[in-house]
Amino acid sequence: MDLEAAKVIGAGLAAIGVGVAATGVGNVFGSFLQGALRNPAAADGQQGRLFIGFAAAELLGLIAFAVAMIILYAV
Amino acid sequence: MAAESKIDPMHQFQISVLGGGTLDGAPLAFTNSALWMVIVFGAILLFMWGGMKRELIPGRWQAAVEMLTGFTSGLAVGNIGPEGRKYAPWIFTIFTFILFSNFMGMMPFGLVEAAHPFTVTSQFTVTGVLAIISFSIVLLVGFWKHGFHFLSLFVPHGTPKPLLPLIVPIEMISFLVRPFSLALRLFVAMIAGHILVEVFGYFIVNGINAGTPIGIFVSAISFVFIMGVNALELLVCAIQAYVFALLTSLYINDAVHLH
Repeated sequence: MDLEAAKVIGAGLAAIGVGVAATGVGNVFGSFLQGALRNPAAADGQQGRLFIGFAAAELLGLIAFAVAMIILYAV
Repeated sequence: MAAESKIDPMHQFQISVLGGGTLDGAPLAFTNSALWMVIVFGAILLFMWGGMKRELIPGRWQAAVEMLTGFTSGLAVGNIGPEGRKYAPWIFTIFTFILFSNFMGMMPFGLVEAAHPFTVTSQFTVTGVLAIISFSIVLLVGFWKHGFHFLSLFVPHGTPKPLLPLIVPIEMISFLVRPFSLALRLFVAMIAGHILVEVFGYFIVNGINAGTPIGIFVSAISFVFIMGVNALELLVCAIQAYVFALLTSLYINDAVHLH
């Protein structure tokens, strides 16, 4: 296989990680909302934890994006 | 068909030298990154100066400044405890710097060719230095307060003895990777957003240049989409600044209280 073609395929495969991280972020906010609607009084106190979970899930998607960019432009 | 412009989303992150020369053979230049850091600093100064007149009845401006300082010191005190007030200045510094430079990079000054904004936080060197300072504060505070007992950070409470050889390296790696993840998150989030906006901007231009009905259709859809993406980007700008400040205060909390 041509190196150029392999690069583009690799970057496309790395982009799958971005989509998976999207489900992760959605899961974080969805679960938060589920809990918050059951007990709205406790919701405001948990916003810090919400964003920690969001940051952890998002980081993996961003790393996948960085890998795709490195494959495309830097290798 | 008009000249086809090639999509080049990376051009906006290029550092260009505006002035300066060399010092002892090493380049010492005033770049567009430095220029926009100065502009961000000026904007912060202006914003703070307008709200620090200490009026008895706060106007809108002073209320906005008090909201910002109250938010950041609340972040520090809420996560670190009463002794967190000592660290509030640093939390405030990173939060405002990141927030203002993110927003400055989103401003549509690019309508004037020479004034194309440069997102300071889209460079790994800048976010890396911010993360290294945060991490140094954690290390200094930890070793200053607890001495070598600080290393007990790597041993969570109630770890069974046989598991120690497994847990300690894992905790150590997760501790050492913190400054890296802190810097990478901000930098990649900014880069990704700007690339997305740039690519869809090219779609609009190329679609109109093509002149066919399908091209116009693509342009219209891209225009609607780009407005949504810009709104999302403004949200991401604020969230990334918040997350950076939040995680820094959590890490300082680890250093102050161990766990």
